[in-house]
Amino acid sequence: MTGAQGGIDFLLAPYRVLDLTDERGLLAGKILADLGADVVQIEPPGGSPARNIGPFYGDDPRPEKSLYWWAYAANKRSITLDLERTDGRALLEKLVAEADFLFESYDPGYLEKMGLGYERLAVINPKLVMVSITAFGQDGPYSNYQASDIVGMALGGFMYLTGDEDRAPIRISFPHFYLHGGAAGAAAAMLAHTYRVTSGQGQYIDVSCQQAVAKTLAHAPQIWDIEGAILKRMGVYRQTSGENRVRINWPCKDGFVNYMVQGGSVAYSTRALLAWAKEDGLDVADLEAINWEDLGYGAITPELMAQLGGPLGDFFKGHTRAELVQGSLDRRILLFPVATPSALQDHSQLEARGFFKEMDHPELGATVRYPGAFIKSGDGRDIAGLYRRPPLIGEHNVEIYQGELGLSGPEIESLKRNGVI
Amino acid sequence: MAAQPTDGKPPGGAPSEDGKPLTGVNVLDFCWVAVGPMTTKYLAEYGATVVRVESAKRPGTLRRAAPFKDGVPGINRSAYFASYNANKMGITVDMRHPRAHELMLRMAKWAHLVTENFTPGTMESWELGFEQLKAVNPGIVLFSTSMMGRGGPMERQPGFGPVLSSLVGLTNLTGWPDRDPVNPYGAYTDFIVPRFAVAAILAGLDRSRRTGEGVHIDMSQLETTLHFSAPVLLDYAVNGREQTRMGNRDPGAAPHGVYPCAGDDRWIALGCFSDAQWEGLQRTVAPDGTGWPYNPDFATFLGRKSHEDELDRLLSGWTTPWEAGALMETFQSAGVPAGVVNDCRDLFDDAQLQHRGHFQWLDHPEIGPYATDASEMVFSLSPGSLDTPAPLLGEHNRHVLQNLIGLSDDEYNSLEEDGVLE
Repeated sequence: MTGAQGGIDFLLAPYRVLDLTDERGLLAGKILADLGADVVQIEPPGGSPARNIGPFYGDDPRPEKSLYWWAYAANKRSITLDLERTDGRALLEKLVAEADFLFESYDPGYLEKMGLGYERLAVINPKLVMVSITAFGQDGPYSNYQASDIVGMALGGFMYLTGDEDRAPIRISFPHFYLHGGAAGAAAAMLAHTYRVTSGQGQYIDVSCQQAVAKTLAHAPQIWDIEGAILKRMGVYRQTSGENRVRINWPCKDGFVNYMVQGGSVAYSTRALLAWAKEDGLDVADLEAINWEDLGYGAITPELMAQLGGPLGDFFKGHTRAELVQGSLDRRILLFPVATPSALQDHSQLEARGFFKEMDHPELGATVRYPGAFIKSGDGRDIAGLYRRPPLIGEHNVEIYQGELGLSGPEIESLKRNGVI
Repeated sequence: MAAQPTDGKPPGGAPSEDGKPLTGVNVLDFCWVAVGPMTTKYLAEYGATVVRVESAKRPGTLRRAAPFKDGVPGINRSAYFASYNANKMGITVDMRHPRAHELMLRMAKWAHLVTENFTPGTMESWELGFEQLKAVNPGIVLFSTSMMGRGGPMERQPGFGPVLSSLVGLTNLTGWPDRDPVNPYGAYTDFIVPRFAVAAILAGLDRSRRTGEGVHIDMSQLETTLHFSAPVLLDYAVNGREQTRMGNRDPGAAPHGVYPCAGDDRWIALGCFSDAQWEGLQRTVAPDGTGWPYNPDFATFLGRKSHEDELDRLLSGWTTPWEAGALMETFQSAGVPAGVVNDCRDLFDDAQLQHRGHFQWLDHPEIGPYATDASEMVFSLSPGSLDTPAPLLGEHNRHVLQNLIGLSDDEYNSLEEDGVLE
């Protein structure tokens, strides 16, 4: 039951996944699809609600032009199925009998209400690995809460730590809450699969996106637990120790760069930067006189940071991002771009590794450049990656219902006319 | 530092009757800092036997990172290290010692998986590249992750999490439009990559089991993290649009943001994506059906969108006296998505995280009880668990080398005397 996709060498080529998620879980199936599994996205008739999320191809807000959908449904096949209909549920049960994994992201309790909870599906297929991805988990005090990205990023503890200290906490201007849970869903599925290999048993896994976000906070929870201190957001600065902080983002002529003043083992970087500023005619004699080699991580005081801010700020503003990045490579300065989408499209490392993949969209007469595989083989072979453009709504209905489930042409037509598929 | 004596028993509680998902999977773990250790923490939590290889001469970054017990730095006192290395065993090896290579090859025979996140080329410099590992263990999976991936002009680019947030474009998407962009908190990308890594590693182990053939997985943290902004990249590729930071605004909702609550730096996050959610907000703010929520400017979504500054100002005025937790419950009972902006203390008090058992406490010999985050996944049949604290430096030298790979007393003592285990 493989999906006959591009890569027989792909790691998960033998496996079949049913994906009932919407935008709250699409990434889980995408990760397994990229690893080579045959992922069948099951959409309600008319298409997944995730297809309404922009941006859109050519800014034309149609369900088959959602770039959000494209990004997280590429590599998958699509069939339509109405779970609210008896015949739809019967079809799903047939698919479950032959599937290895099932992902879903409905509100807790919905599938049970439809008679499609894990208990029922496990009767049909005891080896099934079923993963639910929800904002807070299947039970508990928040399980029926309304969630959204900003609510989840707030309750997960991320936002309090992000943003300028004199303003409200902020989120990333692209939703990550459900992506963390989706990626966790993929990891959970593979953990359960490994157990299935030795035990022969499937199981059910309940993933919480809130917990997944709370696990992105490095040592901030431990700082409360061990020191009783509540870490605060600090804008363009990064705390290095106690009251000490260093600036990490700086405006330049046409954008921003990332540069942390550091001494100790990387004093060479600071010295090289000061030498460059001096060539520019800036007066950095006081800064050059500092014994950077003896200033370890965390030793840069607020006073020193204030002293540095003026000349360094002036220096960065005198150069473009590209000049600073290239000059830093040449001079061994630990300076990095604050990359924009265009800079990433034209990135020598991504280019050299062949990260972006051109995919034909024959229905649009277009070729689109997609982000590609998240792993390669150490010898450069493809063991994961892109092989199929995102599906149109129900594009694989005939292929799967007729070709794989063995329904007849007239049966498919009846289901279609009856609104089941 | 000399090895800590052990009583020869493996650490960790007895596996549950059904075992854990990865019971029997042996991991030789060279990972350091955060991205690797978080990856192998999942493996250890779900039953793998993970042996971390550390250097006693040059202990890793996290062992030297705050917070320390009682604020006193010490090689076994970092709660940061302790959190990300629970359930693992630790050995110390001087990789530059001439005898280290043979010892590590013996470990590689024992292992199903070797993990590392050094600059590409480091494992090869120790003659422990994939070819050498495969020669002693044909089914081995080697997982390598680096900032930029192997090969290419920037393969040796130095850097760490906060840098990668900038390189990958997430910094560009974070901040207020009238201010400079800011980094997402901390080494954010280090905590995005591990779940992709776990899925890929287990897929590699699965194929190795099916085919008998090992695989070397090369994961670029830059490339992996780009999947967390893939639609933004597509928007540029097809529409030529450069998305950038927009504070807390969302094109599909109004109001949408963070609003002040009673107390110092207390906030609530909320957003109304539908008429029903907006009506819930109206009912909550103005139960008598009059007042600013019923201003005709706000009657439609596009109306609210075009008067969003005014809407935010009025809503902020209304939320300010509220206690954040009470307001969350009030909004939620009206069907409005709302949540407290939890700080790190709030996380420990959060009713849902408590329900999930998010924080687990382990008892560490030098730190005492310390909190570590448990998995976000609840398994019906083979749950994970965090049972043992992070290893002291070199704690399991004798246990690992004698009980797991079978060195004799003489062999072990000779390694110790020769300074290999440092």
